[in-house]
Amino acid sequence: MTFKSRILNADEVRRALTRIAHEVIEKNKGTQRLCFVGIHTRGISLAKRLVELVERFEGQRVPMGILDITLYRDDLTEIGLQPRVRETRIPFDLNGKAVVLVDDVLYTGRTARAALDALIDQGRPSRIYLAVLVDRGHRELPIRADFVGKNLPTSRSEVVKVKTLEDDGEDAVELWEVGET
Amino acid sequence: MKGEILFKNATLVDARGEHGTADVLVGEGRILSLSGGEAQRVVEAKGRCLSPGFFDLHAHLREPGQEVKEDLRSGLEAAARGGYTDLVSMPNTTPVVDRAEAVRALREKAAQIDRARLHPAAALTQGQEGQVLCEARLLREAGAVLLTDDGRTNEDAGVLALGLRYAASWGLPVAVHAEDAGLRRGGVMHEGEVSWRLGLPGNPAYAESARIARDLEVVRYVWEALETRPQGRSLLHFQHLSTRRGLELVRQAKREGLPISAEVTPHHLTLTDAHLEGLDPLYKVAPPLRTWADVEALVEGLLEGSLDCVATDHAPHTEDEKSLDLLRAPFGIPSLEVAWPLLYTELVQKRGFPLSVLVARFTDGPRRILGLPPIHLEEGAEASLVLWDPSQRRTVDPKGFASKARYSPWAGWGLSGWPLLTLVEGRVVFEGLG
Amino acid sequence: MSGATFPKHLLDFQEWERAQLESLLETAQMMQEVLARPVKKVPALTGFTVATVFFEPSTRTRISFELAARRMSADVVSFTSSASSTAKGETYRDTLRTLDQMGIDAYILRTDAAGVPHQAHRWLQKPVINAGDGWRAHPTQALLDAFTLREKLGSLEGKKIAIVGDILHSRVARSNAELLPRLGAQVVACGPATLLPGKLPGASLTTKLREALEEADAVMALRLQKERMDKGLLPSLPEYIAGYQITEARLAWAKPEAPLLHPGPMNRDVEIEGTLADSPRSLVERQVANGQAVRMAVLYHVLVGKR
Repeated sequence: MTFKSRILNADEVRRALTRIAHEVIEKNKGTQRLCFVGIHTRGISLAKRLVELVERFEGQRVPMGILDITLYRDDLTEIGLQPRVRETRIPFDLNGKAVVLVDDVLYTGRTARAALDALIDQGRPSRIYLAVLVDRGHRELPIRADFVGKNLPTSRSEVVKVKTLEDDGEDAVELWEVGET
Repeated sequence: MKGEILFKNATLVDARGEHGTADVLVGEGRILSLSGGEAQRVVEAKGRCLSPGFFDLHAHLREPGQEVKEDLRSGLEAAARGGYTDLVSMPNTTPVVDRAEAVRALREKAAQIDRARLHPAAALTQGQEGQVLCEARLLREAGAVLLTDDGRTNEDAGVLALGLRYAASWGLPVAVHAEDAGLRRGGVMHEGEVSWRLGLPGNPAYAESARIARDLEVVRYVWEALETRPQGRSLLHFQHLSTRRGLELVRQAKREGLPISAEVTPHHLTLTDAHLEGLDPLYKVAPPLRTWADVEALVEGLLEGSLDCVATDHAPHTEDEKSLDLLRAPFGIPSLEVAWPLLYTELVQKRGFPLSVLVARFTDGPRRILGLPPIHLEEGAEASLVLWDPSQRRTVDPKGFASKARYSPWAGWGLSGWPLLTLVEGRVVFEGLG
Repeated sequence: MSGATFPKHLLDFQEWERAQLESLLETAQMMQEVLARPVKKVPALTGFTVATVFFEPSTRTRISFELAARRMSADVVSFTSSASSTAKGETYRDTLRTLDQMGIDAYILRTDAAGVPHQAHRWLQKPVINAGDGWRAHPTQALLDAFTLREKLGSLEGKKIAIVGDILHSRVARSNAELLPRLGAQVVACGPATLLPGKLPGASLTTKLREALEEADAVMALRLQKERMDKGLLPSLPEYIAGYQITEARLAWAKPEAPLLHPGPMNRDVEIEGTLADSPRSLVERQVANGQAVRMAVLYHVLVGKR
């Protein structure tokens, strides 16, 4: 893979998340029944930031869970390498909650589809939103995000890498090209 | 001089040694000349070996009653392909061969089939039940060459003593499957590190040596009481030795001059209990495959003559039977068609075992146990011969076996020494040339 | 997406490396979480069909496997036969080949004879999970034992585990002797002299119960089959109890708090003193509960990521 360009730097990531946090509060009309669920791996880091931002703006800490969608993937009958099953922990009752699912990149929509199924198996939220840092297009399912940090038109041969301080040592969004170096 | 077949430039190997090349003329069932002559058929045998036909003292041909596993035709055909001109069939058929008529019927049928010659063994006790002796005199008259309850073990030492004494009086040797049933218990493989790890019931080496020790005392007892002691004959023959300890007992008894003999199988000379690691019932045989130390000892015993002969214990079963699990699958494997190339390759080629000694263990050795004269490659000798190829390598492919049991633990092994032509009294019974 | 490859079969632990076993136990941990949910089911194995083929009856193990498969959304068919019908000429091979014509993706096999899972894998070229073969192996039992032990003790590194009972005829003992040392534990197998093998790789052997139990971090008692007495391997039941029953007093030889395990079904007051079996020291019920999670994890690892 070859590096092509940096789409967002640390400040831009921070500003995008701040905007999403405001939009969430606005759309939900406050923090009532609000909660965040981050999808492994970087969705978890991003959800944590959003929880903190919401707390800073509203003075209210909302609950957060983490979700692994491996067991809900629709390609397990045919994949080659075996994905590791990671922790799912939703330490609160989902019933009647307004859940913001958080992921780093929205692409085909398959992860979001799996996450919706996984979430619904755990309870009956009154509402589920989807928040992503980058929407890169190429949807294969009728799925859209409610909150988007950056819309980024890409080609299928490109890879969008979201880096977080927690997972990668810095906050950034980069565009890479698959193939020859 | 005119003959039927002329082997040109054949390398002669018999129990006495290797004798260089000669043009061997065969006719009227005999070797007419070692210096050529005219013949209807000339076989170019340069680089190939001519030996006396092999003699198998221990094969299960399953007829009558178990023809689904093997029958006389397939078994004797397999033998001929393996270079055997003679074969002793075991009597543990259905019904057991324990009467003169059964022996005669087998011989007549085998004569019509005209492949390897059949020498039936008959049971020592009626129905092989270990109680009432069989009619040794009538059986011998009908052509039985050996008495044995093989397939079972002779648990009652008293019956064995009576049987030895009675059989000896009619000039018949007795062969035993020497394993102590109590020590053997339900063992399906050698008891040792592999069986303990795999969780399979083990058959200890001492099941064999304990029984051999007992039987040697029985032989001593009978031998001392015999009014006439036939010299140079075996009173008791130990089948398929598998252990170093069993061999030591046999060796020592022979040194003391006890009239005993012993055989070893191709599988006990080439395979070990480690082959059971893959949990394949193909390797389930009785007595079981032992350790490498046992294999080494048995090769040594074969060399020095403590083991008189190689006997196949060719024991075919259907593929379905051998596909049962390790507890239920029957003991035994087919080996008539590979025994010679296997041991020629593994012992002579790989380990430097003397060729003429191996030939002796396939020819003179078994014949002596039955009191038959040796066949050596000289003018006037009976033309029961095998021509074999010491150099061309071929992979064992059980799918091509004449035996009905078309599987083999040696499948895929590259072997040399394959028989090309087998003659019984000058008649071609296996044609593998061209 | 990070990924890894795993052996296609679980016949025994010969081809499983420590890292693979560790991640399998980790996956089982994740499956525990699934089992704690209101909806105890995930779609992971949708589209897969697994067959439980039991030639030896064992309702407990079969139910545990079938529930595990169903909770992973696999279709499950079950075939139960007895050794007697096999003796009537119905061979394992015929049965398995017949089933194989019906589009089975994996087989869960239980037999009274060692080696049948290995044979099945040669005949079928499909994933085979050994649910117990004769005296040889019972790998999912050992995995659930290891899982239960880790839940209680943390890492098994350097831990001494005593296994007590009929070691010679025990597939549970063999599989644990194979697995626990791979996870860092030290295994001591103890039983009457007539019920011990000559050697058992992975375990040291002793006939002295006190020696086995002293300093032990956990004790596992095995089921004693009554037929051992019939075959003359044991003089009597009271004789066994006198020498090898795990009692409160004897368990005191082990480390304080050392838990007690049993693969079940238990002969109460034979292998274990009845009151002790019901005490908090006993993890027997926990083992059963963990069995399902472990088997879900095994199914996941054996079936997913084959290409």
